[in-house]
Amino acid sequence: MSQVLEVSNLHKAFGGIKAVDGVSFSVKEGEILGIIGPNGCGKSTLFNCILGQLEPTEGAVKLDGRDITNMRPSALNRLGVSRTFQLLQVFPELSVRENLILAGQEHQGSMLSRLFGARDAGLTDKAEQMIGFFKLGHLADAKAGGLSYGQQKLLDAAMAFMAGPRLVLLDEPAGGVNLTMLGDLKERLRAINAEQGATFVVIEHNMDFVMSLCSRVIVLAEGKVLAEGTPAEVRANPAVIEAYLGH
Amino acid sequence: MSAPATTNDLSRPRGRALPGLIDGTLVTLLLGAAILWFAPVGMGRYGTYVLSLWLVMSIAVMGLNLTLGYAGLKSLAQAAFMGLGAYTTALLTTKLGVSWYAAFALSGLLTFAVGIVLGFPALRVKAHYLAFVTLAFSTLIWLILRNEQWLTGGVFGISNINRPDFFGIKLFGALEFHRFVVAVTLILAVAQWWLIRSPWGRAFTALRENPIRAASLGIDTRAYTLLAFAIGSAYAGFAGALYAPLVEFIDPSPFSLSQSFFLLLMVVAGGAGYLLGPFVGALLGVVLPEWLRFAGSLYLIIFASIVLLLLIACPQGVSGLLERGWTKLTGRRGGTR
Amino acid sequence: MAEFTAYLIAGIATGAIYALAAIGFTLVWQTSQTINFAQGEFVMLPAVLVLLAVKLFGAPLWLGALIGIFAFILIFGAGFKLVVVDPMIRHGVLPLAIATMALSIIMKEGAKDGFSAEAQNFPSFVPTSTIEVFGAAISLQHLTIIACAFAVIGALQWFVGGTRLGRQMQATAQNPTVARILGIPVERMVLLTFVINAALAVVASVLISPIYLAKFSNGEVIGLFAFIAAIVGGFNQVRGALVGGLVVGVIDSLAAAYISSSYRLAVPLVLLVVIILLKPEGLMGRKEERRV
Repeated sequence: MSQVLEVSNLHKAFGGIKAVDGVSFSVKEGEILGIIGPNGCGKSTLFNCILGQLEPTEGAVKLDGRDITNMRPSALNRLGVSRTFQLLQVFPELSVRENLILAGQEHQGSMLSRLFGARDAGLTDKAEQMIGFFKLGHLADAKAGGLSYGQQKLLDAAMAFMAGPRLVLLDEPAGGVNLTMLGDLKERLRAINAEQGATFVVIEHNMDFVMSLCSRVIVLAEGKVLAEGTPAEVRANPAVIEAYLGH
Repeated sequence: MSAPATTNDLSRPRGRALPGLIDGTLVTLLLGAAILWFAPVGMGRYGTYVLSLWLVMSIAVMGLNLTLGYAGLKSLAQAAFMGLGAYTTALLTTKLGVSWYAAFALSGLLTFAVGIVLGFPALRVKAHYLAFVTLAFSTLIWLILRNEQWLTGGVFGISNINRPDFFGIKLFGALEFHRFVVAVTLILAVAQWWLIRSPWGRAFTALRENPIRAASLGIDTRAYTLLAFAIGSAYAGFAGALYAPLVEFIDPSPFSLSQSFFLLLMVVAGGAGYLLGPFVGALLGVVLPEWLRFAGSLYLIIFASIVLLLLIACPQGVSGLLERGWTKLTGRRGGTR
Repeated sequence: MAEFTAYLIAGIATGAIYALAAIGFTLVWQTSQTINFAQGEFVMLPAVLVLLAVKLFGAPLWLGALIGIFAFILIFGAGFKLVVVDPMIRHGVLPLAIATMALSIIMKEGAKDGFSAEAQNFPSFVPTSTIEVFGAAISLQHLTIIACAFAVIGALQWFVGGTRLGRQMQATAQNPTVARILGIPVERMVLLTFVINAALAVVASVLISPIYLAKFSNGEVIGLFAFIAAIVGGFNQVRGALVGGLVVGVIDSLAAAYISSSYRLAVPLVLLVVIILLKPEGLMGRKEERRV
């Protein structure tokens, strides 16, 4: 199987503080990789460097062998890299359906066709499909701002899949979501992974969520990779137990 | 220190659009155009002129509404862009004998292009740098209009600007030209109505509400921001191209920085982010002072104070107030919240 | 050479005025995210109010000055913050910026209608003569402006860096959230910056008006140059505003003398564009990280 994402020797320093200190890893096609670590271990900074939100001090990021280091977030997204944010990021004044159409509209046609063509950019069917898939059916016309937190979280995830991405980076998808909703979310993510073959990288705090969702886990501590392996291996790793799980 | 959140309460929460091609806004535009077509009958030359001026200013405000109300950008050069359009049209038609229609198109193109050239470096840095770059541009245009006498006539301006024909029909009379202005305004308003409902309009809303999330969804925020500003500026160019033959004489004074501020206040007064807001704003800014002649130059102070109060009480402007009133009268709509 | 020195001194003098306005502008921006588009009118108005007080009450100049300055600081320092900024900041940065534009129109038109549409003499407290320095005729007024402006800026620096209150204000400017956690009365500190801004405007107004005369439209150029100074120096930086002000003032003065007096305004505008293209963080600014 081919490598979708390759991160090599990534560094990011803020002044004298090394937030990410030489991290390398790769993600295979169809894999669900989890990245865990205590607060302040550099998870979010790592994500933001991969996604072009921050400029890495050193190192390279490749997507399907193509160098994407420092590429602008919008261009990266059009190449098939999708993401969700730690905090909710839906457009509250647009309806659920409009949010989804927005998430897909830049991935097809040209600027001109988006001006003169159909208002929904031909995405209504696809949006309805996502609405059904994420069980938001009764809310299609509701403003996103009026949804419950869990529903917004589902919409947030649905938006990330609207354009059929090659690689999806999820930043703490389980944060603040109640247990029932969490089960739903996990099941949806698994289904998408199985049906569309999408590749995932998940940053998470919730250990159970990561361990039960991911096929492989990387543990970060102080900006470095502390351990790597299957959930079972990582659980058993003494260094990890001491640094993180032991508490 | 961290950058402030780009919250923007100026714009209204936009409701659900009707699924069909026709919606309330379009009907209002068509009805309004029909009424204005016949309105000046019996109003006399001056009254007709004021109505035409209202529409011309509405076009400039409409453009600024796109920039400010929909895309959340501050442009302080809308009057300067209008001047650029007015002088381009005046010079082309009086000195080179170019047809008004070609001059109109060129005015729009030129202001669009200048918008791109100004916006590109400013928006590369930060959205609020556009305010300073346009401020500088406004001053520069003002200097050129005043100092390059060989071209612009300096403070004496350009006079004897002819009104165009319409397929052989002369539009010299106030009423005929007014009807022409109504038609052009309607076309530009419907064009903007279309734009706002297209995926572009959705992208504008997205980059105003949350530019970082918008970028993560593949929306080229830089391109859309630039386009919103350039199209908004082109509307000012179109307004200028109509303004020159309407007043038949132009000088630098209506295109100063203060006028640009004034146009921004009209956007806010009418209701930023409402398609019909600019007509309300220009009504308050252009027509009302004609009726309130006794207030004289104090009107500007009164108008600015009203806007200040509106901003404190209801940042969505008069359109927002009307909408609030309507919601109160009819009870809650939809109930989606 | 002698001529050049005179222009240089004149440039530093007007530059010091721009610096005063730009520092106030920057302080207010830092503590409350207010982009004050009425900053130029803030410098225009105190001189007008002083003359108005003299005219209305028939007061002697010193009393008129006291009344005018006190009224200005009260209304446009504290009043501006409490009446305009506070109720509006919850709506976001954009409405507030537009509110300051409305304010600038009100101040300008108010000065025109309530005072005079013509430029009025404003008394100078030093003789309008020149002195000879190395063969150059230097205006005493220019030297006074430079001395006073630098004394005020020096005092401000001492206040910010050397006093408890000043350090609290600086902390508020840098990070209001942390300042609040540290128990600093953030609201009062923000109010303080508005009062300081008004006071700086008063100083600038009193210094520049003997030369420019008191006129309702003076704020346009001063405001424009203050913005340019703030950006050229590095938005966000008090030090930058000082450097930016001096650079803009000197360039303006030399451009007027050696390039073209009708396009003197254009040269600082070109400088602004060059800075935005080549060094958008400003001369004294640090590059900002892209943030999530």
